[in-house]
Amino acid sequence: MGTSAIVHQRAVPPGKVRSFARRLRAGDELAYLITLIAAGAIFIITALVFYELYSESSLARHKFGWGFLFSSTWDPVAGNFGALPFIYGTVVTSVLALLIAVPQGIGSAIFLAEMAPPRLSNISTFLIELLAAVPSVIYGLLGIFILVPILEHDVVPPLKSVFGSLPLFQGAFYGVSLFSAGIVLSVMIIPFIVSVSREVLLSVPRDQREASLALGASQWQTTWRVVVPNASTGITGSVFLALARALGETMAVTMVIGNTPQIKASLLAPGYSIAAVIANEFTEATGDLYLSALIELGLVLFGLTFVLNGLARILIITTSRSGGH
Amino acid sequence: MRAKFVCLTALLAAALPVAAQTTLTGAGATFPYPMYSKWFNQYHRMHPDVEINYQSIGSGGGIKQVTEGTVDFGASDGPMNDKQIAEFKQKRGCDVLHFPTVLGADVPTYNLPGITADLNFTPSALADIFLGKITKWNDPEIQKANPNVKLPANDLLVVHRSDGSGTTYVWVDFLSKVSPEWKRKVGVGTSVNWPVGLGGKGNEGVSGQIKQTPYSIGYVELVYAIQNQLPYGQVRNQSGLFVKADLASVTAAAAGAAANMPSDFRVSITNPPGKNAYPVSSFTWLLIPSRIQDPAKDKVLKGFLHWMLSDGQKLTGALAYAQLPSQVIAKEETAISKIQ
Repeated sequence: MGTSAIVHQRAVPPGKVRSFARRLRAGDELAYLITLIAAGAIFIITALVFYELYSESSLARHKFGWGFLFSSTWDPVAGNFGALPFIYGTVVTSVLALLIAVPQGIGSAIFLAEMAPPRLSNISTFLIELLAAVPSVIYGLLGIFILVPILEHDVVPPLKSVFGSLPLFQGAFYGVSLFSAGIVLSVMIIPFIVSVSREVLLSVPRDQREASLALGASQWQTTWRVVVPNASTGITGSVFLALARALGETMAVTMVIGNTPQIKASLLAPGYSIAAVIANEFTEATGDLYLSALIELGLVLFGLTFVLNGLARILIITTSRSGGH
Repeated sequence: MRAKFVCLTALLAAALPVAAQTTLTGAGATFPYPMYSKWFNQYHRMHPDVEINYQSIGSGGGIKQVTEGTVDFGASDGPMNDKQIAEFKQKRGCDVLHFPTVLGADVPTYNLPGITADLNFTPSALADIFLGKITKWNDPEIQKANPNVKLPANDLLVVHRSDGSGTTYVWVDFLSKVSPEWKRKVGVGTSVNWPVGLGGKGNEGVSGQIKQTPYSIGYVELVYAIQNQLPYGQVRNQSGLFVKADLASVTAAAAGAAANMPSDFRVSITNPPGKNAYPVSSFTWLLIPSRIQDPAKDKVLKGFLHWMLSDGQKLTGALAYAQLPSQVIAKEETAISKIQ
């Protein structure tokens, strides 16, 4: 970093500023402009999405105010709308998916980057990236026709016999539930975590590893104390990507979540997510207030993504600090 | 090379006026989509200069787009309400006409292990099941309608549609006609606040859930039940008879309702009079502005409507849609003249 700054200073002697035209010819200004436009477009698109959601939902916002976030009624006939059960379902399924996918994804990324023979690593990575390319409706169909019967017969009965006393695993299980949706989501987001984290781990400089090994650290100590902390920013990024995917996933979730707007402590109960209700009801929604309420749900999802991303960031910063000391 | 190109351009230019196409676009209901695409395709074959494009974006979208004037006609599984018609008049400066095209029906489908007979359902049994008041299969209200079947004491699981749909509209419209409590507590709409049950996406979501869950009950579109050979029950009609839904009993329902048909065809035909009428059925409508500026489009649309009401109706059976009764067709023929 320091050396390159010095080189740059030498190339342009003080007092002798190159003309704009010459710099343009050298490509500097042009590259600056193009990349600036590309970066600016992202801001503009985000702002436009927010603006559209905000202005189109004005009817529902004025009618329900902040109460929209805390009401559990969703009655299109009476024109009475509340977002709470949908927020609950979205958060619970996404968090459950992360709880399953983060340890599994990071674990397999560490194995593939640090321990597996290169051949195995490359083949596995190819397969994992293939998983990321499977359309979500396929995951939904596999979920309802394959996963749900397995959960119903082989997974939930033992779970209930062990943890049945916890409120999390009480009540009747109909197959479709928050639990099923969380599992389907976790399978869908693992490829994001594995593939990005593996790349980041591989890009940690070799001399870091060699230095650690030379100091007498074991292979695992080197991986856990040196390589992973070095790659932590990138791994965090992969988790955010996965979280964003889980929050917004629509088709796969609606097929296995049960589509029932209710708040039950049990993971085995059916629920509903924000993206699922928008996809389900938007096409046949007649009446301005109804449409406006659905658009406000989109706004809520937008806000929820910000909040959860922020919380995840805080969580990761605090845990990585305590881990470092 | 250049000569060839000029030649080709000249040829194209000469050919263009001959192939002057009239293209109509429509959008709306998904339920009649297979029927409409068959009709529009068939009509295009008979009249190569006419092309009708239809996008099945849902009834709500159909009403919205025809009101905004972005399409030539809309289509909906439920009639437009007075407020929507007022908005249409204000935006388009003319009336909107409803033309029934085919009939659809909903049937109760269920999964009862060990029972093969078609079950009978009274209207009040269906309302109480979907209100969550009947919770067991051997409830006296279900049992007394099925004296020859030994019903199990298992809990019922209700499955309904999670997506907004005309199928739901017909089902809850019927329930609210037969049950004051349903009308008061839940009401009628393409999506409602269900008192009990799980939501499945689409007919396939509902039937998939029912197939996988013993002792469940739900409702699906008749066409879907026939094509997928789902078991479905009979429903008692106004005359006190248990009727199994089929194309004839659905057409009979529309014939029963034809006597009291308003001139704008905006009528619900659930729970109609008539001995053979199946009580959970409905029209699906085309929504057409009463004034069409472009004379070519006007001519094409009228031509299509006449054809749809005569030869077009003969194509319905093959796709398992019930055709319109002759009384309704006669009334629609006169209504076509309202288009200017």
